Amino acid sequence: MKGFNFHSVKNVKEAKKLASGKSAFLAGGMTTIPAMKLRLASYSDIIDIKNIKDLSGIKVSSKSLKIGATTKHAEVAASKEVKKAISSLAHLADGIGDPQVRNRGTIGGSIANNDPAADYPAACLALNAIIHTSDRKIVSDKFFKGMFETALKKGELIQAVEFQVPDKSCYVKFPNPASRYAIVGVYVAKYKKEVNVAVTGVESAVFRCKKIESALKSNFSSSAIDGVKISSSGFNSDIHASSDYRAHLIKVLAKKAVAGCK
Amino acid sequence: MQKVSLEINGKKVSREIEDHTLLSTLLRDILSLTGTHIGCDTSQCGACVVHVDGKSVKSCTLFAADIHGSKVTTIEGLANNGKMHPMQEAFKKLHGLQCGFCTPGMVMSAVDLLKNNKKPSDQEIRDWLEGNICRCTGYQNIVAAVKEAASKM
Ligand SMILES: Cc1cc2nc3c(=O)[nH]c(=O)nc-3n(C[C@H](O)[C@H](O)[C@H](O)COP(=O)(O)OP(=O)(O)OC[C@H]3O[C@@H](n4cnc5c(N)ncnc54)[C@H](O)[C@@H]3O)c2cc1C
Ligand code: FES
Ligand code: FES
Repeated sequence: MKGFNFHSVKNVKEAKKLASGKSAFLAGGMTTIPAMKLRLASYSDIIDIKNIKDLSGIKVSSKSLKIGATTKHAEVAASKEVKKAISSLAHLADGIGDPQVRNRGTIGGSIANNDPAADYPAACLALNAIIHTSDRKIVSDKFFKGMFETALKKGELIQAVEFQVPDKSCYVKFPNPASRYAIVGVYVAKYKKEVNVAVTGVESAVFRCKKIESALKSNFSSSAIDGVKISSSGFNSDIHASSDYRAHLIKVLAKKAVAGCK
Repeated sequence: MQKVSLEINGKKVSREIEDHTLLSTLLRDILSLTGTHIGCDTSQCGACVVHVDGKSVKSCTLFAADIHGSKVTTIEGLANNGKMHPMQEAFKKLHGLQCGFCTPGMVMSAVDLLKNNKKPSDQEIRDWLEGNICRCTGYQNIVAAVKEAASKM
């Protein structure tokens, strides 16, 4: 790994001041450190944001659930508030990687990284999340831009992710048996006036499957998905799963998710 | 350079280290605590698992400077007055190891499991050890050892 200067900052202002074209924020480090070791990335400055007060923690109201950026996966998975407000989200956090990844990895880091097979981006799209940053609020539909690409500008810090509490919801993933990243993951969330179906692991970035959404809008049942045709064109194809298999899995998992909604 | 102070296995340790020093490098190369193993060095295998402030983490994926002021427990810190920890006893008794390379990480991870779940089921043990890879045993005896330790603790 190439050397760098390590900075531990106490507030957002300090973090922003240190940020440059050659710096990275450090949250759990579960993506950044392996990338630096493999020399896929190198930085002159690493800015540890975990000691910034108020960046970690969980707040619930009747309509929304707000999770601070440096809140760890293990904390979300174990949180009584999350289990009560959006149990599918606690379940998602509990399925990320392994216990040691969950003891370090954070929601802000996961979303900022926007891995095409990551779990939290699907939750953001399905649960109409608003991403609160140091500069603005970004709706999820405008946040996830492409492979490892987001709407974040250089030096912009995610402070919290605010999810809209659904009537019912469920996340089902078909995990890669080694890493637990999603080969395909489908998040279904039902609100009074809409149904959201977010899919991860399938394209260069997470997306909403409008075809399944409209089928479910008129008839919220697993059988409503039977007639939907999903074309595999443009889908990821690799040693783990072909694009056709991924297309097939979207329907299978969406049906399971609808049946599992609570 | 960074001055990092830690409490490692109950002893206070302070060192000037390069900013990019990993906890695994500090433990193995600087402090000669070589019980913590490096298998993959890319966060996959769990051979390097230690406890930081009571929670299991992969020491190969953690900058030592990041945990300044923390308490670290490594496999060397489990035994008490020369008597093995019940988890170590159980691994020995039930052949929860063959070559032993994965064992320090397995043991540290399993000890963390029992902190929050006193009587884990086979499935819960397997789920928890997701991040610990063993190339030898086929896991059967590891799961049996964790159950045995749970019954003794
Ligand atoms: C073995 C293994 C298995 C895994 N399995 C899964 C899985 O099953 N599902 C899954 O979804 N993920 C998985 N992950 C990834 C894991 O969830 C990581 O925690 C996550 O991708 C990155 O979070 P982090 O806090 O560690 O971020 P870091 O590595 O610290 O940072 C990642 C990137 O985000 C930036 N960043 C971090 N925080 C902020 C912020 N607040 N604002 C702006 N930018 C920020 C950093 O600068 C960096 O560019 C796995 C990782 C490993 C090592
Ligand atoms: S050496 Fe740390 S996970 Fe393999
Ligand atoms: S005993 Fe050899 S790798 Fe586990």
